[in-house]
This record gives sequence, C-alpha cells and structure tokens, in this order.
Amino acid sequence: MGGGITTLVSHSKNLKQSNRQVLKEPPWVRILLLAVALGFLFLFLVVPLLCVFIEAFKKGGQAYLDTFSDRNSQQAIFLTLKVCAIAVPLNVVFGVAAAWAITKFHFKGKNFLLTLIDLPFAVSPVISGLVFILIFSHTGFGEWLKDHGFKVVFNTPGIVLATLFVTFPFVARELIPLMQSQGSDEEQAAISLGASGWKTFWRVTLPNIKWGLLHGVVLCNARAMGEFGAVSVVSGHIQGKTNTIPLHIEVLYESSLYSASFAMASILTLLALITLIIKTIVERQHNQAA
Amino acid sequence: MIKLTAKKLAVLLGLVALSGFLGNVQAKQISLLNVSYDPTRELYRDYNKAFTEYWNKKTGDQLTIDVSNGGSGKQARAVIDGLEADVVTLALASDINAIAEKTQLIPVDWQGKFPNNSSPYTSTIVFLVRKGNPKNIKDWNDLVKPGIGVITPNPKTSGGARWNFLAAWAYAKHKLGSDDAAKDFITKLFKNVPVLDTGARGATNTFVQRGIGDVLLAWENEALQSLQEEPGKFEIVTPSLSILAEPPVAIVEKTAAKHGTTEVAKAYIEYLYSDAGQELIAQHFYRPSNKAVLAKYEKNFPKVELVTIDSDFGGWKKAQSFYFGDGGVFDQIYKK
Repeated sequence: MGGGITTLVSHSKNLKQSNRQVLKEPPWVRILLLAVALGFLFLFLVVPLLCVFIEAFKKGGQAYLDTFSDRNSQQAIFLTLKVCAIAVPLNVVFGVAAAWAITKFHFKGKNFLLTLIDLPFAVSPVISGLVFILIFSHTGFGEWLKDHGFKVVFNTPGIVLATLFVTFPFVARELIPLMQSQGSDEEQAAISLGASGWKTFWRVTLPNIKWGLLHGVVLCNARAMGEFGAVSVVSGHIQGKTNTIPLHIEVLYESSLYSASFAMASILTLLALITLIIKTIVERQHNQAA
Repeated sequence: MIKLTAKKLAVLLGLVALSGFLGNVQAKQISLLNVSYDPTRELYRDYNKAFTEYWNKKTGDQLTIDVSNGGSGKQARAVIDGLEADVVTLALASDINAIAEKTQLIPVDWQGKFPNNSSPYTSTIVFLVRKGNPKNIKDWNDLVKPGIGVITPNPKTSGGARWNFLAAWAYAKHKLGSDDAAKDFITKLFKNVPVLDTGARGATNTFVQRGIGDVLLAWENEALQSLQEEPGKFEIVTPSLSILAEPPVAIVEKTAAKHGTTEVAKAYIEYLYSDAGQELIAQHFYRPSNKAVLAKYEKNFPKVELVTIDSDFGGWKKAQSFYFGDGGVFDQIYKK
C-alpha cells in the first residue's frame, strides 16, 4: 500500500520534471526555432515589402510623386477607397447579424447558413466575378436594368458587388467562434433584468465582441482594397474610370511603367500598413482604459 | 451687412448657374469609350490627345476619351457582355464579327464602312530574339527544334496570337505542302511554348522583363517598340514569310446612338486615316496605309513576303471557326 503511494508520488514528480524539461528546451533549440521563424518572416514578408519600396523609388522621389499627379492613378486610388467605404460597412452589418443569429439562437438550417457564409472562401474569385456578368448581362432582369439606365457590370456598382461577395465571410467568420465561446448567459441576464433587445445588443453584446469585430473589419478592408480577380472580371478595365488600385498596377506594369506600377503598389502596401497601425493604436487605448 | 452678403451670394450663385448654363449651350462635355486590343496603349494615348485637341478646335466641345486595353478576343467578349464601347479598335476582323453577330450593336456589313477593309494601318508578325541571336533563329522551321522556348499569347483570347498561329501555318503549308504536315508543324511549335499569356503585352513582358524563352512571336510594332525601350538587348528577325495583319476599327453604332456620340465616333475613326493620324500611327511602328507616310518611315518596315487571310485561309469567318473555334485545330493540338 505504502509502496503504491510512493510510486504514485514519484510518478507525479517525474511528470512535473518532464513537464519542466519540455518547457525548458536547451538554448540552441530555442535559438534555432526563433531563427527559423524570424528568417522565414524576413524572407517572405520583409524582403518583398522592401523590394516594393526600393523599386518604387528607383527613379527618384520626383518620379514617385509624378505617378500620383496622373489622373488615372488618382482615380484608381479614389475608386478603391470608395468601394471599401461602401463594401466594408455593409459587410459589418451583415457579419454581425449573421453571427448574432447563428450563435444566440437555435433554428433549422443553421449549418446550411454557415456553409453559405463560407462559400466565397471556397469559390474562385474569377467565378465570383463571372456570376455578376451572367446576372446583369445575360438575363431579362439585367436587360431591364440596362434599359432603365442602371449600368451595373463594367461600372462602379459591379465592382462594389464583386468586392462585397469576396469579403462577405470576414466579419462573420471572425465573430462566430468568439460569440460561441461567450455563450448567451450575459444576454439572458440582461433580458431577464428587463433590458430591451436593442439595449442588450448595444450594452452587452457589442462591448463583448468589439475587438473581434475590429479585427474582422481590418481583414475585410484589407481584402477589399487588394481584391484583383473578381474585380478584374467585372471592371472592363476602362482607364481613369473602372480601374481599382490593383488593376491599375497591372495596367502600369504592362505599359512598361515599372517605377509607376511599384509606386502604386507602395500606396496599396501603405494603406494596408495604416489599417494595421490603426488597429494596434485602438487596441492599446482599450487596454489602457481597461 | 448680413443682407448684403446674402444678396451678393445670390448674385454670385446666379452668375455661376448662368455661366454653367451658357457653357452647356456653347460647348458640350462628351466622353467616348474606345475598347482596344493589347499593344495599342501607347498609340491611343498619343492619338487621343491629338484628336481631343483637334475636336476641341473644330467644335469647341470638351472631349474625354476613355480607353480599355486587353487581349482582342477578351475585349470583344466584354463588349458582348455589356461593356458600352462607342468605338472598337481590335486586332482582327473576326472579333468585330463576333460582336456584330451576337449583339447586333454593329451592322454585319461594318467592314465596308471605312477604307481598306476598315483597317487604318496594317502590321505583320516578326521574331524578337535576344542580342546576338544565341540560338541562331532565322526562320519558322527553327522554332520547332527541341529546346527552343517560343513565347506567344493564347490564340483563344489574343488577336496577335491568332496572327502568329496563321503565319506559322502558312509557312508550313507553303514549305511542306499538306494540311496534315502543317498541323504536325504547329503541334511541335506549341510544344515549345512554356507560357500562354492572355494578351500580346503580357507575352512581351514575359519575354522582355521576365526573361523567359528564346524567341517572342510578336506584332512588328510591339517588337520595334521593345527595341526602342530596351536598346541593345534584343534583335528583330524577319522570317522568310509572314502574314498581313489588318487590325480593323468600327463604330458600335447602337451604343453610340444611345450615347449621342455617333458624329464624334465617326470623326474619331476618320481622323485615323488623316495625315496627322497616319503620322502618329507610323511613329508607333504600325504600317500606315497612306503611301507617302509609309515611304517616309520605310526603314522601319522591311519587305517580307506576306500571305493574307483572304488568299490563304478563305477569310476570317472560315478561319476563326476552323482553327480557333470549339474543337478546332488549336483545341486538337492541345488534346494530343
């Protein structure tokens, strides 16, 4: 009996020790792991990003600035910002509504809805673009719209639609696991204390999910700015009208204007970096407030 | 004081409105969309500037010309799908035929509406090789040798690639005699193609910038422009036989009528045939149809034996479906 206890104790000691051993890797292993991770980051993130900026400034600062005095370049930047300003808020509304419905309620067809939300991730962007061409160019509905003066494809609305479609899952997919882990206890408590549905949403749900939501918005915005495939199909590539930044980069590149194309690429990169910086600042402020 | 400011403001606003109104009466704001094929970016950038000035002098109207460039077949598809072009300037007649047949936006007899089969200029297909011609490529039969990387875009989407294909076919047919032998020749040639880009400009970038392949089958204008942009890096090889490429232009009549741009669209195309237009065309290395301008730029355009689409292939209508249609010769060689 006593022997049994000692074995148990020594066994748990052994366990603890081996646990410690796992956590305390020899230094060379840790250095190696760190080196691999950093090396990978450097090679696949930092070097390409640096290349974009080096190539952009190859012909000097003046040439860099000249790119942006060009009407077509300005328009591409403006169009991209406009498309994001429409598509991102719409997807925030949709994403919150979908995540709310899926995690706080039980209903038939929930899994089906989840699968549908994932569809844009699974479908190639080319197809996402082509569906809109089919709907708006080759159906009676499309003809009717055209006859009434609504140009959807090869125009800004088509680009917005294609962007909406591809960035559809970002907010919802970010929120669903978060809200699932939080459960609906706090909402139930609020409602049983007499809060209305809206009040519960604004005062209980939203504060709980806001960091997840922000993260989703950042990802959604990044993809919306950078989307190439789907937008390329519905754009019509009219210079100065329907070219977003990524499409304009291609046009410049194919017109042998390399410095200019990399200058545009650097703007896209900068916009992405700014989005990330905003996210970091907001997060820090939140942490200080808390 | 406040009243005075309000009055002043009202007068000012009135003046602005009036000037806007008068401005509208005197000069119109018109925009025109030219949907074009891939290598014409530089040509139409300069031509649009010249034509805008010409049109402004002539009518006082402020004209904005928008351009969309891409592989010729892809561009035709976009117009069929609803891209509202006023004018199409494509790489070959069959792409404009496709728009005419599928949409009725362009009358089927479009090709007779402007001189020279509606082609303000012609071009041909030549080889662009690296400096010193290290693989010693002289003619079409050098392209089928093993280990030669041949760059051409995809004939399904690119007009230039269809001219490439037919030029190679014509050479093989003349040399080897039979259609079957020509098909074998073309099959071997496409075995040597590592990348099929969708448009001519993409293929040029693959060869010139990315350094892939030993020879680029290129529009003459595209090859000459590459020589100018990257001096000392490339050479042009003119094959013993090539094809007369006629890139045609047409007004998309129903769309132009809807936009109220019929008149300016017609002038836009006619100006291509004017001395000023022909001069710009020649400066961008296309062969002008005006004999005097052609003579002036003769040194750019060596004499080559040229077959035509009508003499050797029975016209585009026949050639398009036979060679490039669904299950056509091009599909067959990729099934092998």
